[in-house]
Amino acid sequence: MTGGEPPATAAAGAPMLLAIEALTKVYPGGQRALDSVSLTVERPEVIAVVGSSGAGKSTLIRCINRLVEPTSGHVRLGGLDMVGLKRRELREARRRIGMIFQEFNLVERLTVMENVLSGRLGFVGFLAALARRFPPRDVSGAYALLDRVGLAGFENARADALSGGQRQRVGIARALMQDPDLLLVDEPTASLDPKTARQIMRLIRSLALERQRPALINIHDVALAQAFSDRVVGLKAGRVAFDGPPQALTPEVLTEIYGVEDWSQTIRRADDEAEATQ
Amino acid sequence: MSAAAYPTVWRPPALFGSRTRQRIAVSCGIAYFVWSIIDLNVDVARMLAGFPRALNMLGRMFPPDFGRWALLLDGMVESLQMALAATLVGALLSVPLGLAAARNLAPKPIYVVARGFIVLGRTLHEVIIAIFCVKLFGFGPVAGLITLGFASAVFLAKMLAEDIENVRLGPVEAIRATGAGFGQMVTYSIVPQVLARTVGMLIYRLDANVRHSTVIGIVGAGGIGQTLSASFSRYDYDFSAAILLSIIALVALGEGFSDWVRRKLR
Amino acid sequence: MSEAGVAKRYPEVWRRRSPRESALGWLWTATIALAAAWSVSALDIEWAFFADAHVQALDLVQRMWPPRWSYLPTIVRPLIETLHIATLGTAIALVLSVPLAFLAARNTTANGLTWAIGRALLVASRSVNTVIWGLVFVAIFGPGPVAGIAAVAARSVGFLAKLMAEAIEEADRGQIEAVQATGASTAQVYLAAVLPQVMPVLIGTTIYRWDINVRESSVLGFVGAGGIGLYLYASINQFAWQQVLVVLTTILVVVLLSEALSAYARARIT
Repeated sequence: MTGGEPPATAAAGAPMLLAIEALTKVYPGGQRALDSVSLTVERPEVIAVVGSSGAGKSTLIRCINRLVEPTSGHVRLGGLDMVGLKRRELREARRRIGMIFQEFNLVERLTVMENVLSGRLGFVGFLAALARRFPPRDVSGAYALLDRVGLAGFENARADALSGGQRQRVGIARALMQDPDLLLVDEPTASLDPKTARQIMRLIRSLALERQRPALINIHDVALAQAFSDRVVGLKAGRVAFDGPPQALTPEVLTEIYGVEDWSQTIRRADDEAEATQ
Repeated sequence: MSAAAYPTVWRPPALFGSRTRQRIAVSCGIAYFVWSIIDLNVDVARMLAGFPRALNMLGRMFPPDFGRWALLLDGMVESLQMALAATLVGALLSVPLGLAAARNLAPKPIYVVARGFIVLGRTLHEVIIAIFCVKLFGFGPVAGLITLGFASAVFLAKMLAEDIENVRLGPVEAIRATGAGFGQMVTYSIVPQVLARTVGMLIYRLDANVRHSTVIGIVGAGGIGQTLSASFSRYDYDFSAAILLSIIALVALGEGFSDWVRRKLR
Repeated sequence: MSEAGVAKRYPEVWRRRSPRESALGWLWTATIALAAAWSVSALDIEWAFFADAHVQALDLVQRMWPPRWSYLPTIVRPLIETLHIATLGTAIALVLSVPLAFLAARNTTANGLTWAIGRALLVASRSVNTVIWGLVFVAIFGPGPVAGIAAVAARSVGFLAKLMAEAIEEADRGQIEAVQATGASTAQVYLAAVLPQVMPVLIGTTIYRWDINVRESSVLGFVGAGGIGLYLYASINQFAWQQVLVVLTTILVVVLLSEALSAYARARIT
C-alpha cells in the first residue's frame, strides 16, 4: 500500500494528485493530436473526458502512462513527472496507474484469476509470474475483488468464455489489483450494450469513490458522462474546450465541443440518468 | 396491357467474365493437354506391352511376405526414431528462427535473412536435402535426422513467425500498462496466444516426419525407405508389398494419433 | 461498505491446475523426455563427422561456384517434362477423386462396406509418398514420365478426395433436401446440390496440390520416373557440382513460380 489515505481535499502544499502541463503530441505525419493540454486534479473525483473522434481523448489518456510517448509537456503523478522517466522507473510508476480498456484486453486463453492477478505483475519477479505463484495477500485480494465486482466463483473460467460485461469487470478487477493512485479508463462502455454500460459506469464510479482515488474516464456518450462524473473535460482538436461540472454542459457548450446538433435530447437523458442513480 | 416477351433460353454466367474469355481458357486448356501428351513422347505400344509384365509384378506382390519381419521392424523403428528426434531438434531450432522471422519483432535485415532461409528450406524437396546430408554426414539415419530436423525447423519457424505476427496487441498493451517487465509481458500475454497452435503444429509435424522418413531412405538417409528401395532393386516384390503395407499402417496410425491429440488440445 | 462485524475470509492460494492435472502434466513431460532419449539413443552419431561437416560443406559450396550455365539447354526439356508430369498427374487425380470422394463420404456412400472401401483407398493413397509410388510404378510401367504421372496421380487422389469428402459431409442438408423434394434422382441431387457446394473447395485444393506436385515431380527422376530429377541425380553422382548448382537453381525458380501462381489463382477464386 502506498502511504496513507489521501484526504478528501488535498492539503495545502501537498503535490497535486495529477498535474498535466502543456502536454503536446504531434504524430510523424504532422497531425497535432494534443496541443498544449493542461489539467490539474486536486481531489479524488471522477472526471469524464469527452469530445468527438480524433479530438485527442484516447491520446491524452495514453500519454499519461506513456503507452503513447508525448512530444512535449509534463505529466506529474503526485509530484513525479512521468515524462522523462527511464524504463525501470517508468515500470514502477505504471504500477501506480490502473488502466481499463475499451476492448477489455484480457489474455483470452488464460483464466479469470490469472488475468486479475496480472495486475500484480509489476510487484512480483519474473519466475513467480512464470509459475503463477503470487503472494497469499494478492490471491486473497484477487478473490475479494472478484467478489466485489460480482464475479465470485468465476476465477477458473477462461476469459474468452465470458460475456462482454463480465470481461470488463475482470478488467476492472485487474486494474484495482494494483491498488493504483489513479484510474485511467479508455472508453469502458463502447463495446457494451446500454444496460451493461450503465452497470459498468456505476461500478467504476463507486469503486473510485470507495477507494478515494481519482478516475479519468474517456467516454463518447455524453449522457453517461454527465450522469456518472463529478467533472467534465471537453476536448476539441487537441485542446481543452471545456472544464467544469456536468451541469454546466449546456447545448451551447456541446455545440462548441462537438458541433451543431440537437443537444436537448442528450441533456434530458442525462438528467433522467442522474435521477435514477440518486 | 401487352404481354411482355421473355427470353426462352438462359445460360449461366460465364466463368472469367466474358464468354470469349471462357472459350479461350478452355481451348488453351485442351491445347495444353494435347501438346503435353505429345511432348512426352509416350510410347503407347511399349506401355501396352508392359501390361502383362505389370500384372506379373502385381502377382508377385501377393501374398506379401512378412517372413523377414525382423528387418522390416528394424527399418520401421529407425524411421520412427528419426522422425521423433527430428521433430524435437526442429522444435528447438525453430524458436530462434521463428523469432528472427517475425516482422513485428526482428530488425529488418535479420528478418529478411531468416525469411529467405525459410523459403529456401521449404522450396527444396526433402529428398534433395537428404542427398546433400548424405554427402556430408554419410549414409544412415544421422543424415536423415539432419534432413528432417532442418525441414521441421523451417516449417515450425514459419508457423511461429506467423503466430507472432498475428498476436493481438490489446492484451500485450494491458500487461505493459500494469508495469510488468519485458519477460513477464512475453510469458503472460504473448506465449498463451501463441502456444495453442504451436503444440498442434508440433504434433502435425511429427506425423509428417514419420511420412517423410519413409522416403528419404531411398537416397540412403536411413529408415524404412532404404529397406524398401533395396527390396525393389532386388525384385523382392512380395517383401516390397509387406513393407508398403507396413508403411501404410504406420502412417495411418500416426495420423490417427495426431488427430486425436489435436482434438483433445482444443 | 464492509459488513459490520463479519469480515469475509478469502483463500490465499490459487492453482491453475488441479493436482491431478499437474500430475498429468508431469507425466507428459516425462514421456516426451523419455521418447527423446530413446530416439537419439539408437542413432549412431559419429561426432567426428559433425566436427568435419562444416569444412566439407564449405568445400562443397566452393566447388559449386561458378555455375555452369552451359548446362542449361540440356535441362530445359526435362524441366518442361517435370511440369507436364505435375499437371497431367494432378488432372488425372482430380477426375478420379470425385467418385472416390462420394464413396468416402458418409452421407453419399451406398452402405458401410463401400464407405470402408472408400476410406481404405484414401488412406492407402495418402500414406504412401509420391516418390515411393514412383518406385512402384517404375516397376510396373518401366522408367519414364508415365510412371511419374501415375505416381503423382496416385498420391494426389487421396489428398483431393479426403478434403472433398469432408466438404461433402459438411454440405448443407437443407439444399440437398430441397433438390430431393423435387423428385430428382440421386445422381441429379449430387450434381445440383452437392457438387456446387463442394466445387470451390475442390478447385482451390487442386491448385494447391498442383504446386506441391511440381515440387514432388522435381525429384521423381531419382527413381527413374522422369523429369529433371534424373539429371540432378546424375550430376551429383558425377560430382559435377557446377552443374548441380544450375539444376538446383532452376528447380528453385520453377517451384517458386508455381507457388506464386498457385497463391495468386487461389486468391482470385475466393
